[in-house]
Amino acid sequence: MTADNPFHHTNALLYLALMVLVGCGESAWNDPNPPSPDGKLTYQSMMAPAPPKHLDPALSYATDESLFIMQIYEPPMDYHFLKRPYELTPGALESSPQVEYLDAAGQIVDEGDQLVAFTRYTLRLRDDLHYQPHPAFALDEQGQPRYLFDTAREGAKYKQIPDFPHGGDRAVTANDYAYAIKRLADPLNAGPMLGFMSQHILGMKEFSEQVTDAPRDGWFNLDDYAMEGLEVVDERTLRITVKDRYPQFVYWLAMPFFSPIAPEVDRFYHNPGFADRNLTLDWWPVGSGPFMMVKNDPNSEIVLERNPNYREEFFPTEGAPGDLEAGNLEDAGKPIPFIDRAVFRLEKSGLSLWTKFMQGYYDRSGEVSSNTTGVFDQAFVVRPDGVEMSPALADNNITMSPDVKPGLYYYGFNMRDPVVGGYTEEKRKLRQALQIAFLTEEYLNVFYKGNGIAAQNLIPPGIPGHLEGEAGINPYVYDWVDGEPKRKSIEYARQLLAEAGYPNGRDARTGEPLKIFIDVQSQAIDNTSMNWIDRVFSEIGVQVEFRPADWSRTREKLLTGNTQIFSMGWLADYPDPENFLFLLHGPESPLECDCDGANNSNYASEEYDALFRQMRVLRPGLERDELVARMVELYRRDAVWLYAFYPKQIYLNNSWVHNNKRHGISKATLKYTRVDPQQRAKMQILWNQPVTWPLYAGLLLLASLLLPGIIAYRRRQNATVRHTRG
Amino acid sequence: MLAYIIRRLFYAIPILIGVNLLTFILFFVVNSPDDMAVSQLGQKYVTPEAVEAWKRKNGYDVPLFFNAEAPGSEALTETIFFSKSVKLFAFDFGRSESGRDITTDVSTRMWPSLAVALPTFVVGIWVNICVALMVVMFHATRLDRWTVFVFVGLMSISYLFYIIGGQYLVAKTWKLVPISGFSEIEPWKFLLLPVLVGVIAGIGAGARWYRTLFLEEANQDYVRTARAKGASEIRILFRHILPNALIPILTGVVVVIPQLFMGGLLIESFFGIPGLGSYMLDAINAQDFAIVRSMVFIGSILYIIGLILTDISYTWADPRLRLN
Repeated sequence: MTADNPFHHTNALLYLALMVLVGCGESAWNDPNPPSPDGKLTYQSMMAPAPPKHLDPALSYATDESLFIMQIYEPPMDYHFLKRPYELTPGALESSPQVEYLDAAGQIVDEGDQLVAFTRYTLRLRDDLHYQPHPAFALDEQGQPRYLFDTAREGAKYKQIPDFPHGGDRAVTANDYAYAIKRLADPLNAGPMLGFMSQHILGMKEFSEQVTDAPRDGWFNLDDYAMEGLEVVDERTLRITVKDRYPQFVYWLAMPFFSPIAPEVDRFYHNPGFADRNLTLDWWPVGSGPFMMVKNDPNSEIVLERNPNYREEFFPTEGAPGDLEAGNLEDAGKPIPFIDRAVFRLEKSGLSLWTKFMQGYYDRSGEVSSNTTGVFDQAFVVRPDGVEMSPALADNNITMSPDVKPGLYYYGFNMRDPVVGGYTEEKRKLRQALQIAFLTEEYLNVFYKGNGIAAQNLIPPGIPGHLEGEAGINPYVYDWVDGEPKRKSIEYARQLLAEAGYPNGRDARTGEPLKIFIDVQSQAIDNTSMNWIDRVFSEIGVQVEFRPADWSRTREKLLTGNTQIFSMGWLADYPDPENFLFLLHGPESPLECDCDGANNSNYASEEYDALFRQMRVLRPGLERDELVARMVELYRRDAVWLYAFYPKQIYLNNSWVHNNKRHGISKATLKYTRVDPQQRAKMQILWNQPVTWPLYAGLLLLASLLLPGIIAYRRRQNATVRHTRG
Repeated sequence: MLAYIIRRLFYAIPILIGVNLLTFILFFVVNSPDDMAVSQLGQKYVTPEAVEAWKRKNGYDVPLFFNAEAPGSEALTETIFFSKSVKLFAFDFGRSESGRDITTDVSTRMWPSLAVALPTFVVGIWVNICVALMVVMFHATRLDRWTVFVFVGLMSISYLFYIIGGQYLVAKTWKLVPISGFSEIEPWKFLLLPVLVGVIAGIGAGARWYRTLFLEEANQDYVRTARAKGASEIRILFRHILPNALIPILTGVVVVIPQLFMGGLLIESFFGIPGLGSYMLDAINAQDFAIVRSMVFIGSILYIIGLILTDISYTWADPRLRLN
């Protein structure tokens, strides 16, 4: 942002005068969106409550960042917009990767062969991938990069990317994808995938060590170093070799980490002095996706515009059952994207965001967070058969898009804790009693307004392994009654507690009351929730003590196993049961791996671990489903978590926005969004007629305050001294 | 006076070192470099290698205060405290933990802060002084008692209430201005409401304080003399009482002027003004030590400048005073 826009005093006075004199006008006074200068069709949105921190695919690992990155970059794989369960489709690839299995000597062997030591993925790129126009690709008359500078002074006049007068572009090549993977391995980038991906991609760790020691001065060309697991076969073909079998690798290919990075772009951003002006790949991404970034002011707004070089792509012609009836296929076969520009304004306050949405200035109520929790009472009416929109919303023809996240929030037991942990029958009964006493459904209704589904197992809906109906209930906590799950009685919980050695909630040996300790993050709980939890456990005579702390302290306790019950959440990276079942994999325990492992319950079951090792290398199919079901059964039998629920959010859409189906995994969905600008303009005027009487009333009030003062003053000034007898 | 100012500037150095040290200790008591790394890396699949690489990249791979492994004076200089603090004194704020250049961000964001804070400050002072003088004029009348009652009422209401109430009434219900936001095209449209809220929220405390100051002067002999000479009440208030009450007013006002650049935490956050107030708040929420440290440093400097300016302003308000 520049500060060279002076206040227009004349306009301001005129505006004030208009506010007083005019009742209504052609454009609303409260419109926060400046008019589109070039008439481009703009989607009006928000980033809330904070701007993204990273937009470099090697560094970014947050949903609010994916909202931008995934519109700009094209990873090799993508997700089908409509189909459920979630389905992978080729993104930048011609077809799904070709998979081959190799033995230790590099010879191709059968998938089921015991000798499999590596898996090789061959990626064949589409032939119509082109980068957006960008100064990094600009060439001078000699065909050399136009914007390479030796000193910071030379390029000092360029403050932002739009300041560069020349641009260029080129086709995306297989080497760009290889270069991106090398960037993941470069310790200087310090990306979140460093370490984790090294466990899988062949030669990544060695590459990382090699470039750590390499001398660096300015731009460091990673192409000068080879990575064993990467082979650029030709301009459009890349081979990636991973260790062992790792079928989930194909899901990673749909994530931003594997987006192409052109080496010349990396070089461009390493120009001297560029980083001092925030001219970095982290703030000005360069991709081949449907949109490109034209403005990045994280303090106020980020603007994306249609990439003129984007390939030909069409709206899907088939979807999930019910999509046709729901109108989700109205645009089937039409070229996408539909919009020219998307503006994301920073919105920190929930009241402002909601008001602007209701006034029609935001097209949707949220992007990565629905923002309906805080205003739920205004927006919805909770009825026994579900949630309905309030009359105010229904009158505006606002539509709802429910979104059950492929994630979990849960309170887990520390299985190493001497009181609630352990694997004996008594300990299991103790945990099951606590599970039954915790009325998850009531908890969700009271504190989440019903925006969540009580979890019957650790695999959410939409992910293979999640079963609905009677087959999917947790029989240790629920019974199937009249076609629905019914929580076991509190009497049964008391009985289990007694069998566990705590009759009426007291230790049978010492007579001491059973007290459990729950570690929670301070900002994630309030007194009302604590009182509620206290009350439900008092039903079985168990006392509760909360230990709120900030995330850093909570993390420390988890790393050292110094917790009894803890709160935690998990949002899936990819729609595979492995991404949930690994939360209980023994080696993932922080006490085992001496790292930030995901198995914070420190669950240790040889049977579970063996099943997990088998399952993770199997392709989807019956055999894998059976293994998943056995692992779920172990999770239920051992009662590893106190309770869990699948978070659900309701996104609202104004009537002029179309193709609103939410995708729980992919954020690359802006290209499907369609907006009717005429209807939007009409409704904005209709909904935002200013109310002017308060202005007149304010003037009247001011006059009524001043007038007596003036009269009194004049009276005092004109008063004469009067003699009184007395 | 010049010698006095130079001396005061030298006094500022130990103050700034102390403030910096205190900020550093307070921040790292609750937040280790490992916590910062995990927070920045996204909290999933974070391996020790990734944490170490992040710390190395951001200069957190050395001890906080004392590096026992480093030779000689490097034991003190090869530390996080030294490397992160010394550059501040050269106004090199470095990069935020997310990689953005802090100097660029600060220089960009100070203007929107000023755009809100300056009119709020100027209009607020003007309104408060006028209201206070008016009340003084009607001292010991029913009007005086009622206004004091209203002032106390206004002071008792939370600032948040003014903000949310203003947004609810003016922007949401009456639809007169945008509820929040900031635009370079029509900034005044977005500033009307925050300025109005800021001024109204400050009337209670401000006008009451000024009333007390003016009342002290109103009973002085020179006022009685002016009145006896036939001066109008308006003239007495603005030409006699106001200049004589300036010293305590300046004490409270001038020190704030440099800080106007820093903006307001609440007003900027609620009204979506991309200024330095919200910058600071975001940094605290994101545990971005680099920004917090820089902002505290800038705040300290501006405060010191404010105090020096206050001293200088005394000599202007009262020619009898000399700085030495």
